[in-house]
Amino acid sequence: MSQARVPAWVTVALLPAINVLLAFLVSALLFIYIDISPIDAAKVMWQGAFGYAEGIGYTLYYTTGFIFTGLAVAVAFHAGLFNIGGEGQAYIGGLGVGLVCLTLGEFAPWYIVFPVAIVVGGVFGAAWAFIPAYLQAKRGSHIVITTIMFNFIAASLMAYLLVEVLKPENTMATESRVFAVGSWLPKMHEFFALFGYEMSASPLNLSFFFALVCCVFVWLFIWHTRWGYEIRSVGSNPSAATYAGIKYVRIVCLTMLVSGMLAGFFALNVLQGELHQIKLNFVEGFGFTGIAVALMGRNHPIGVLLASLLFGFLYQGGAELSFEYGVDRNIVVVLQGLVILFCGALEHMLRPSIENTYLKLFAKTNEEAA
Amino acid sequence: MFETLILMLDATIRVATPLIFASLAGMFCERSGIVNIALEGKLLAAAFAGAAVAYVTGSAWLGCIAGVLVAVCMSLLHGFATITHRGDQVVSGMAINILAVGLTVTLGRHWFKQGGQTPALSGDARFAPIHLPGADALQDVPVIGLLYSELISGHSLLEYVAFAAVPIAWYILFKTRFGLRLRAVGESPSAVDTAGISVAKMRYSAVIICGILVGLGGVYLSVGQTAQFIPNMSAGKGYMALAALIFGKWKPWTAMGACLLFGFLDSMAIRLQGVSIGEFQIPVQAIEAVPYVLTVFLLAGFIGKAVAPKAIGVPYSKERE
Amino acid sequence: MSQEQAYAIELSHIDKKFGAVHANRDISLQVPKGTIHGIIGENGAGKSTLMSIIYGFYKADKGSMMIDGKPFLPSSSQDAIASGVGMVHQHFMLVETFTVLENVVLGAEDGWKLNESLASAKLKLEELATSYGLEVPVDAIVGELPVGLQQRVEILKALYRGAKILILDEPTGVLTPQEADHLFKILDKLRAQGTTIMIITHKLREVLAVTDNVSVMRQGAMVGHVATKDTSQEHLAEMMVGRKVLLKVDRGQAAPKQSLIEVKDLCYVDSSGVERVKKMSFSVRSGEIVGIAGVSGNGQSELLSLLGGIIKPTSGEIVLNNNTISAANPSDPQLVRAMGVGHIPEDRHKMGLINKFEAQEAYIMGYHQLPMYNKGLLQDKKAINQSCQTNMDKWDVRPADPTLKTANFSGGNQQKLVIAREMEQDPDVLLVGQPTRGVDIGAIEYIHQQVISSRDAGKAVLLVSVELDEIMNLADRIIVLFDGAVVGEVNSDDANEQILGLMMANIMPEHLKKGAKPQGEQS
Repeated sequence: MSQARVPAWVTVALLPAINVLLAFLVSALLFIYIDISPIDAAKVMWQGAFGYAEGIGYTLYYTTGFIFTGLAVAVAFHAGLFNIGGEGQAYIGGLGVGLVCLTLGEFAPWYIVFPVAIVVGGVFGAAWAFIPAYLQAKRGSHIVITTIMFNFIAASLMAYLLVEVLKPENTMATESRVFAVGSWLPKMHEFFALFGYEMSASPLNLSFFFALVCCVFVWLFIWHTRWGYEIRSVGSNPSAATYAGIKYVRIVCLTMLVSGMLAGFFALNVLQGELHQIKLNFVEGFGFTGIAVALMGRNHPIGVLLASLLFGFLYQGGAELSFEYGVDRNIVVVLQGLVILFCGALEHMLRPSIENTYLKLFAKTNEEAA
Repeated sequence: MFETLILMLDATIRVATPLIFASLAGMFCERSGIVNIALEGKLLAAAFAGAAVAYVTGSAWLGCIAGVLVAVCMSLLHGFATITHRGDQVVSGMAINILAVGLTVTLGRHWFKQGGQTPALSGDARFAPIHLPGADALQDVPVIGLLYSELISGHSLLEYVAFAAVPIAWYILFKTRFGLRLRAVGESPSAVDTAGISVAKMRYSAVIICGILVGLGGVYLSVGQTAQFIPNMSAGKGYMALAALIFGKWKPWTAMGACLLFGFLDSMAIRLQGVSIGEFQIPVQAIEAVPYVLTVFLLAGFIGKAVAPKAIGVPYSKERE
Repeated sequence: MSQEQAYAIELSHIDKKFGAVHANRDISLQVPKGTIHGIIGENGAGKSTLMSIIYGFYKADKGSMMIDGKPFLPSSSQDAIASGVGMVHQHFMLVETFTVLENVVLGAEDGWKLNESLASAKLKLEELATSYGLEVPVDAIVGELPVGLQQRVEILKALYRGAKILILDEPTGVLTPQEADHLFKILDKLRAQGTTIMIITHKLREVLAVTDNVSVMRQGAMVGHVATKDTSQEHLAEMMVGRKVLLKVDRGQAAPKQSLIEVKDLCYVDSSGVERVKKMSFSVRSGEIVGIAGVSGNGQSELLSLLGGIIKPTSGEIVLNNNTISAANPSDPQLVRAMGVGHIPEDRHKMGLINKFEAQEAYIMGYHQLPMYNKGLLQDKKAINQSCQTNMDKWDVRPADPTLKTANFSGGNQQKLVIAREMEQDPDVLLVGQPTRGVDIGAIEYIHQQVISSRDAGKAVLLVSVELDEIMNLADRIIVLFDGAVVGEVNSDDANEQILGLMMANIMPEHLKKGAKPQGEQS
């Protein structure tokens, strides 16, 4: 009952903001402990992430990756599914993208390779998510555990393929051959140069636009189609969904296919956009961080976009920080962990007191008005 | 051939030790109704704290205590989020895993300036192998000699502790009042609550036991096995222990069996590197993936059925409806 | 002094609020020692909250309690148990994977060694079993026992802990009449040996049968205490609802036409292998209401789910509006709706609605695929909103705001929203489950009228309800179920509580047997 009187912005915006602030405060203590002034550190991070054009490019490049993995987790959440497998799905998606670039990319230009890579990368990611989904829906295997297992299976599979199949004969590093230059996704600065705009060089590439398209797609899909309606029904009340004739197995599979597809898109940005070859462990934990992104973004595309920007900032800022102070960029990982802790695990901790405080203030002004 | 087998089994025990600690830890936690995907992070944090303190003080024992303490603290944080504030158990587990990765490297770099590693431990700062009486004397006796001196003797203390922990855990879980209540709280917390037992107290004790056990596992990794902390040295062992726990159907003996099986597969993968049968080269990665594939098969109900504690994953609240 | 000691438990001015909900208002109650005391009231009257306060589960905001004349202030269940209070919850508080013995011992162990506790408990249980007639297989797994025995385990748990005051929350809701009778015998024995018993129920018949005194609650307040021998069902019912209940709804004669629901030898075996529906056969014609009566858990829910296409028949067939459904040709809820069937589910929280959804979203559940709500790939939000708005006005759903979250409507208005949704598509067949459960009196009358007017509009209505009054008031014919099978059928004009009660216990009165009616035709 009390929730009805607390306006949405308190829970949707104020609460996450306070939680993020709390995470920042706690990590400030860590900075002080390792002899870095948190204010200076914040300045360095801000400057590094937003202070100059190249930095912004890097920030948005990371943001792109987080959007994909964050959306993947968010979509699954709407059906009540916890997809921890973003890491593996992105990895396998990378196989799809990589294979397209290695084969079709040999003779076709990027604007033909890109749509094909979208389809194949998406299909590969979706396929990797499908098995846990099917096992959850049909046999009740807990999807959290199966997706964790599938992350490891993906890692083994990719390690095998890279070592035994994709690695060129004469190299030592476990990575595939470099894609043909023509198949590379244009960088943003290259793209805008075509129209006469000058931008500094950065890894930011065209897949950023595709990430934004995906945000719109998820928004439409979840809230404006009957399939999204069915997904949300299953997630909120499975027995009511059954009563309404919504097929649980089909919806769980559909949700995870979409989720895995979005995770698979991650490789477009990193492989076709920047690395131009399949490398070992190229996902680098972005799949896991997607959980934090979705949590902070409250599973809404706009929230995911903003949270991705925050994490892009942390990532790029952290890189600058390690450059400036010689600390490990893993310090940003601490910050990520704290954000997940406060926004996700401890979300109920502050809620009652914040709502009560709000109600107290609100009730007072209301009485005065009356 | 026999010697190879003994050496492989010996390696199996070393690989299985941290898995046994972690899966027993997970068992106590999950039997009380809390999903524990945070084993990985707790293992890593304990390994770091253990190695750091052992190096600074020169005492493996102090390292061990520090490692266990840190793991218990992380467990309490897990409990604070999931029991006191009824937060999502999986999300808080993720948070702990990520925090552990970040904190160990950051602090490690700050303290030791070696890229996140601790300096190598030596002397009293590590657990030396224990030679059981008569190991040397029996060494040359065929079969038994090798079995005794290589496989049974010559392990570090924590390896013996891990195997001793299994029957103790079994006894506690199935033969004591505490065990009865612990199992009940994971199946039906409301039944426990109405019987006049505090659900929160039971779950906190489970979480603390989990911290102690997983702490020992972490300390074994750094102070016992590697004699050094290396960033990310848990390398998925926490998740593998979770898989073993499920594979062992949340029971101590079978979980230990699963840990040994996974350990054996691991030592086999190392053995089989580069070995080929005829034209066909056995891919090492395939063997490495076997534990995870097996667990998925089990979860899918193709080999037996893994039935989790019923109340697992659901924060308990008194309010009904 | 002596008078005070005669009370086993005394409550004075107990008050409890949950947020804005005033669950208990200034409640005072005295229960004499060695008596059975009934507490009755409608759903949501505050009975369970009051008992939970006595059991230490919740803490009262105001007021005090006494047990045997001594102040009693439980801050946890443990305190209550220590003071001799035992409780048998409506939903059993048992660990299903444990044995009976382990369940009894849990929380009342002798020491840290489990085997010793179990051994001594076994002896004590045998004693209890012989003195009260509470035999249970002590080493059986609780989850595998029938509900009647599970309840016995709950009673044993309380007695094992030395309960002097036993609280039973809706104890007969899940029992067959025989099991209930057996329970009452046990309660008699307990009373004879000095145990004080409090029974919470909304079944008037049972209250009259077993209690010494009755207290009536309404909307969180105590409205009266009476000695059972001085009261009657009508009197108690009136106290419960606060005004004279309309025992008969105005309803003209039915004019049934062709059969729209035809059930033939229908069987259903659930996933655990239990036969829930056994060879059911009956029909419902256009323009009549057929009521399904029975103790809950005797196959009613499964029957509704079968007809609604939610579960698939194991054998036999259902003909809905000339469409045949069988094991070989199963249906699903979407297809059933397409056959012209509306389904008001038994539990609107579990099935009928999604609390998180806006009213307009909940309003299209099950019909969300209809072209009228979709425009190409996207949903037609405007059409949905308008349709919902129109029907909220038409069906008097208040507040008539399609964007309000479903959870924020009262029970009656939620139910009206469900009924609006299911009736709006003008189905030929209407399946109605517990239409007035947890609904306020005003809405009950409205809903009853709607059900009757849809009958008069020529729909075939199947009504499932555990409230006998509701069935007798609305139905033209009544079919009684027992243990998944049809016991028999009566015209509602011939039915009364005695007859239905017998049938619910699987006893078909002689004069109503099929063979008895037309000249001695035996079957």
